[in-house]
Amino acid sequence: MLPRNGLVSNEVFEPTIIGFTCNWCSYRAADLAGTARIKYPPNIRLIRLMCSGRLDPTFVLKALANGADGVLITGCHPGECHYIEQNYKALRRFQLLRRTLAGFGLEPQRLKLVWASAAEGAKFAAEVASFTEEIRALGPLQWGKARSAQTEAWEEALTEGMEVAA
Amino acid sequence: MTTKPKFAMYWAASCGGCEIAVLNIHEKILDVDANFEVVFWPVAMDAKYHDLEAMEDGSILLTLFNGGIRNDENERMAKLLRRKSKILVAFGSCANEGCIPGLANLRDSRDIVRTAFNTVSTDNVSHVYPMHSYDVPAGEIHIPKILPILQTLDQVVEVDYHMPGCPPESDQIAGVIDLVIQVLQGKAELPPKGAVIGAGNSTVCDECARTRNVKSIESFTRIWSAATDPALCLLEQGVPCNGPATRSGCKARCPSAGAQCIGCYGPAEGVLDYGARLVSSFASVINASDPETIDRILDGLPDPAGQFYRFNLAGSLLRAGRPAWEREPA
Repeated sequence: MLPRNGLVSNEVFEPTIIGFTCNWCSYRAADLAGTARIKYPPNIRLIRLMCSGRLDPTFVLKALANGADGVLITGCHPGECHYIEQNYKALRRFQLLRRTLAGFGLEPQRLKLVWASAAEGAKFAAEVASFTEEIRALGPLQWGKARSAQTEAWEEALTEGMEVAA
Repeated sequence: MTTKPKFAMYWAASCGGCEIAVLNIHEKILDVDANFEVVFWPVAMDAKYHDLEAMEDGSILLTLFNGGIRNDENERMAKLLRRKSKILVAFGSCANEGCIPGLANLRDSRDIVRTAFNTVSTDNVSHVYPMHSYDVPAGEIHIPKILPILQTLDQVVEVDYHMPGCPPESDQIAGVIDLVIQVLQGKAELPPKGAVIGAGNSTVCDECARTRNVKSIESFTRIWSAATDPALCLLEQGVPCNGPATRSGCKARCPSAGAQCIGCYGPAEGVLDYGARLVSSFASVINASDPETIDRILDGLPDPAGQFYRFNLAGSLLRAGRPAWEREPA
């Protein structure tokens, strides 16, 4: 396999993770983790939505297409959604999106859903930490970089002609 | 010496259905002939690539380009026709979003060649594979090189208008031809550059005559495995109908004939990723809230990538599957 992100073999891979939080629970959990000075890896970039039900699957695909190695979706616990039942929609979209990504040859584990209430700062931090390690173990996805690196490799290969081994 | 504006049509990686759709405009084709000089149209008339190369840049008024960019010949022709044409229209689903040939983007293109030349249905005992160049006594001969992924026309050259459909409906083609003729006569103006022409601005559901109520899906079903109510929304009956994300313009032909919309008119206005929009709308109406039941219902969609990206894979945000991006070097 090509070294897709230009890493040399002994370098530690630092994944880029996009995290979506809901305004009422999981963002407040992240906030609580901050005020309680709980440390978690800086690999995650949080984006606040009003609700996990606001999460258009397009956001996830856009994040992956533009270089994220993993996406974390967070929301209120089942039964506790500020908008009554939208987190169930998030759950169903998450499950269907995972299956769709598998069809593209991606590890479905690159997408994760976590529930965190406003009181669960410690849980939120622990989840971010473990997800970061899970993505680190999976290795880089870096779709955009893979694309540009491959385009160059392709152009080279194409000038050599179409070699198809049996 | 004719002074009629020049017209061209070309096919790249496509099936030829777009050409048939153009001929399906019946006697309207006479208007095309009355108002245009057809200078290049491989399926309908004899003209060589060097004839096209000899034309002045920008001398063709209107070029309808159908098909995706699958090999280096397609790419060369796209660039050549872009240079020679004032108005270049990405015509049909392949040119706009990859369509069925674009589904090959889920695999390494060399796998596709291997499969095409080395499966049980292919009598190729001596394992002969196509070669880009080959020496014969008369000299070196070439066939086009397959590119690693299929690209849409606008990923390769600038496109003036997009006309969706697999193929575009003939009445929509006739409407566009009428419009261009009116523009030529000074009776109408061209739409803004980059516009989608020959289609609606809404979704197939908006044109569909079936009754819609609150959707609540307990299980997905196949159109051939259960009798469906002819008056009720198909998605409501558990048939995976792609209408909610698909651009209008076809008058909901498939749903009105009892078949689900498969999405050939591409993403509706404002939809960035067609498949993501369908993931969203299908998942929203599943009637379950625990992961196990949701999984059991989703098992009714055995190939979500194919269901959601049948026409739109090459034009989607990810554009291709991982085997295409991460293939081993040759």
